Amino acid sequence: MSKAVSALGGVSHKGFAEVAEAGLRGMITVRGDLSSAAMKKAVKAATGTAVPAARRIEIDGDKAAAWMSPDELLVMVPYEGAQDAVAALEKALAGEHHLVADVSDARSVFTVKGSKAPEALMKLCPVDFGTLAEGEIRRTRAAQVAAAFWKSGADEFTLVSFRSVAGYVMGLLEVSSRKGGEIFPA
Amino acid sequence: MSTRLSKGGRLIDRAKPLNFTFNGRRMAGYEGDTLASALLGADQMLVGRSFKYHRPRGIIASGAEEPNALLGLGEGGKFEPNQRATTTELFDGASTTSQNHWPSLEFDVGAINNKLGRFLPGGFYYKTFMFPRFAWKHVFEPVIRQSAGLGKAPTARDEDRYEYAYAFADVVVAGGGIAGLTAALAAAKAGKRVWLMEQTAHWGGRAVVDGVEIDGKPAEAWVNETVEALGKMDNVTLRTRTMASGLFDHGYIMGYERVADHTPGDGRPRHRLWRIRAGHVITATGAIERSLSFAGNDIPGVMLASAVRDYVVNWAVSPGDRTVIVTNNDDAYRTALALLDAGLLVPAVIDARPEATGALPEAVRARGVRVLAGHGIAKVKGGKRVTGVSICVQAGEGAEIESIACDAVAMSGGWSPVVHLWSHCGGKLIWDEERAMFRPDPKRPATGDDGEAMVTAVGSANGFLTPDEVLADAHKAAGGQGKAPAAPAESEAPMMPVWIMPQGAGPDLRMKMWLDPQNDVKVSDVQLAAREGYESVEHTKRYTTLGMATDQGKMSNINGLAILSDALHRPIPETGTTTFRPPYTPISIGAIAGEARGDIFQPLRRTPMHAWHEIHGAHWEPVGLWRRPYCFLRTGEGVHDAVNREIRTVRNSVGLLDASTLGKIIVKGPDAGKFLDMLYTNMMSTLPVGKCRYGLMCSENGFLSDDGVVVRLSEDTWLCHTTTGGADRIHGWMEDWLQCEWWDWKVYTANVTEQYAQVAIAGPNARKLLEKLGGMDLSKEAIPFMEWREGTLGGFRARVHRISFSGELSFEVAVPASEGRAFWDALIAAGEEFGVAPYGTEAMHIMRAEKGFIMIGDETDGTVIPQDLNLQWAISKKKDDYLGKRAQERSHMASPDRWKLVGLETLDGGVIPDGAYAVAEGVNANGQRNMQGRVTSTYYSPTLNKGIAMGLVKHGPDRMGEVLDFPVDNGKVVKARIVDPVFYDKDGEKQNV
Repeated sequence: MSKAVSALGGVSHKGFAEVAEAGLRGMITVRGDLSSAAMKKAVKAATGTAVPAARRIEIDGDKAAAWMSPDELLVMVPYEGAQDAVAALEKALAGEHHLVADVSDARSVFTVKGSKAPEALMKLCPVDFGTLAEGEIRRTRAAQVAAAFWKSGADEFTLVSFRSVAGYVMGLLEVSSRKGGEIFPA
Repeated sequence: MSTRLSKGGRLIDRAKPLNFTFNGRRMAGYEGDTLASALLGADQMLVGRSFKYHRPRGIIASGAEEPNALLGLGEGGKFEPNQRATTTELFDGASTTSQNHWPSLEFDVGAINNKLGRFLPGGFYYKTFMFPRFAWKHVFEPVIRQSAGLGKAPTARDEDRYEYAYAFADVVVAGGGIAGLTAALAAAKAGKRVWLMEQTAHWGGRAVVDGVEIDGKPAEAWVNETVEALGKMDNVTLRTRTMASGLFDHGYIMGYERVADHTPGDGRPRHRLWRIRAGHVITATGAIERSLSFAGNDIPGVMLASAVRDYVVNWAVSPGDRTVIVTNNDDAYRTALALLDAGLLVPAVIDARPEATGALPEAVRARGVRVLAGHGIAKVKGGKRVTGVSICVQAGEGAEIESIACDAVAMSGGWSPVVHLWSHCGGKLIWDEERAMFRPDPKRPATGDDGEAMVTAVGSANGFLTPDEVLADAHKAAGGQGKAPAAPAESEAPMMPVWIMPQGAGPDLRMKMWLDPQNDVKVSDVQLAAREGYESVEHTKRYTTLGMATDQGKMSNINGLAILSDALHRPIPETGTTTFRPPYTPISIGAIAGEARGDIFQPLRRTPMHAWHEIHGAHWEPVGLWRRPYCFLRTGEGVHDAVNREIRTVRNSVGLLDASTLGKIIVKGPDAGKFLDMLYTNMMSTLPVGKCRYGLMCSENGFLSDDGVVVRLSEDTWLCHTTTGGADRIHGWMEDWLQCEWWDWKVYTANVTEQYAQVAIAGPNARKLLEKLGGMDLSKEAIPFMEWREGTLGGFRARVHRISFSGELSFEVAVPASEGRAFWDALIAAGEEFGVAPYGTEAMHIMRAEKGFIMIGDETDGTVIPQDLNLQWAISKKKDDYLGKRAQERSHMASPDRWKLVGLETLDGGVIPDGAYAVAEGVNANGQRNMQGRVTSTYYSPTLNKGIAMGLVKHGPDRMGEVLDFPVDNGKVVKARIVDPVFYDKDGEKQNV
């Protein structure tokens, strides 16, 4: 497993917010009936959380389940545990129509940290940070590419993009968090 | 001469002098100055030359409506033309230049156009198109291009950075004058999330200059208190230097923030483009004073009356010792008072109205100023600056009855509400006869998604001109509770519309009355357009260019359409206005581009091996947003040589292709087989687990849309490979059918394109290379052609497919993308003994052409069906239906006359140009030569040492051996023989070993 590397090797930049590539993370696309008992059980077993409601992310330590669409979840686990989680999910959902796909290597994960983190993201994502609730995940865009993010700490957001555009997304985050670009200077 | 007064100036800080240059001359101003106030303070009245006649032009206004004072600002990578001096804040070291003159501002050769004015009438430009014919190209066009125009385009790369920002609010208030402040406070107190934007650096607007009292306090004190109160509210965002520049559907409002125009080089982004979703928009954008049309109204020193008092009060700038005021309303008398208060002289107030007896005129009379009611200006005297005015009676034809020496003229033709934002999204206007203005029609606002008004105009923008009305209107419109702020004042006498001064002016005077000083449009031009049959205001605008300059006629458009209405003998509302379009004033291209420049101009998709390619000579080719190596250049090697070498490497030993960009879509579910049978022309439901099958997808109209290898992963799961460019489109196509048409089919899809790095290992030594990695049995028996196996290969989790696009023994191996680079490195190392080399897309293309394989986008162009490509073998005859089946049965699709795929071999062994057509006998109905085929792919084949091509030819497969003529450049004809499209290893022995 030591051969696996993230797209940008963990590069980071410090401006008025700190942006960093967070490294590999186990990610599994799960499609199916989100209201079924089997799904609830499968998600609980994989992440320790409930099935998230619309636009919500349920987090338990280093695992999480995020709502993607009315019939799709994104299950997150440590990278090393992804294959086992896929197998377990497959098994738990075996009785019903579903799709489980490992997408751990198709994504890049970024963190944006600092009290002014929203000011970097609001330059790229058409998202209302004033009404963004705790535990909400937003599927949106970062400038010209698809992205999703959620609040992952007191002053931290985690943003996910496709792996092939990792360099583009880091370029966006770097320029958007550059000092002097604060939107609401104190 | 204009000069800086020794006292006053509420916006300038005399303790902070700033230096700047104008055309290389050093000048000084103060912090708080605009470029315009600093220039006037330094007695620089002449600031540019006009567009067409190169007439001397000075500063007219003090805000966004300024038509003349457009400067080149900055140098090199900071240069920007057409910067409005009145809205650009002065900063230390600013370098400014005037525009549109040669050789110098003071002496401009182009001013000869002024003398030739009678030969440059309205519509001149269009008339030159007509007659004589040779003249446009050889005389008019070069001369006009040379002599007309404003700023020069920058040549250096913009050094600054720009950005977007998104925001959301219940109420967005545009304009930070007393109306905007009142509305914002009322909305904020009601608990709304409020955004308040002011385009200048200061709150309060005109009221502060005009000495209004609000709730018993001077306006300035009231404004400060209100701003402070708003600043303390968490639900309010205040933004100065931010112009609400456009309103779009569903309450989407665009704000243009000039973050660092006044502090260049401080590391901040220069401009920020706000895109705000507003629940409701309140436009408190004020009103703009109109000019008056009298002869010589464009001579430097003639200014708007409101601007004159702005310069005196805000920046302590005197336009001259003696200022004559000319007006049709009471408001302009405030300028007289401001000038008198500053110790300056007002030789006379010329009032076009028969009498002037209101409170303001009386106050001015009481200060000893002559008020000449019923009079007008016959003409202004002077060239590069005003020296005096010739007075006449307004009712007459302009006979001079008196001449008054003066340095400046302050004119006021009344006020026009700024209705731009109101109108951008369809809000309508009504003509207010009494105030002689177009104002928002509250019955016909722009509507939002709920059919209700999404915008409300308040204050002066809504046609109210007295502070008391303004405050009451804004308070009420924003849902204010309790009493509105009050600003009682003595009433003003009605204004009198004056569209031409004097009203009986003859042609000589009308030719010197400027309506649009920036585009040099005069009263006589609009009248001429009317005589020439122009009735629509939109047509007249384009014919005369009235209001088409960068200021969009903010100051004088109403005057122009009043003149047009008069010439056409119809009321003004029947003429109407031209269309108001965003942006309100020009915004920088940089702001529109935002962050999208340089490395992040566009997303660049990189495969996990991209960095390796980059350091190993990749000659890139864009494929969608990906970059793929076209070939890998070695030292001293040309592209053609590299491609040929790569092909020989594959044919003789083994090569590697980064195929990670191929689309990979998982399709799963009880109905997945049925679904794929509908999507593909051939049968996918019968594909056994463990096997691969090449498939074709068509649109509903039967045309070939995409192709690729389908893999049966398990009983209910398939993996569909698509073309690189087709991945997202085909995934969307699948979801479209599943979500909209076959919503009850149990099928899920997932686009896993980027999950895998995929490498094609192709060539006679491919198996040997992979066997060196070890871990899987890759023998012909263990993994036959067109089958796949999963396992661990050299420690990598791998899915190995025996598929071949090159015609050689070939494996396509998919590994997790995160391990892609390590896998590639391992292949390169293991292949060293075989002389392995990476190959690019061009080698891939040529090798597939040698094999007669089609390529989506080469052999297909949206008009080609699989049958044209002899792909009947991939079209199931057993299936009742598939997408495109019915369409392919239509008579033209089933016609035997369709052009069909064949191979083409030139008689001389050369390469036919791509896209060349084969001619047939005779001509068609249009007299064009008949055609019978065209080239779709053409290459030099290093394997066969000759040119090979594929093409679509009428009855082609039935005409093997025939020779076709392909006329190419310079009358040459390439002769090519129709042959089988499979040039290499027809029996497939090489790939099946």
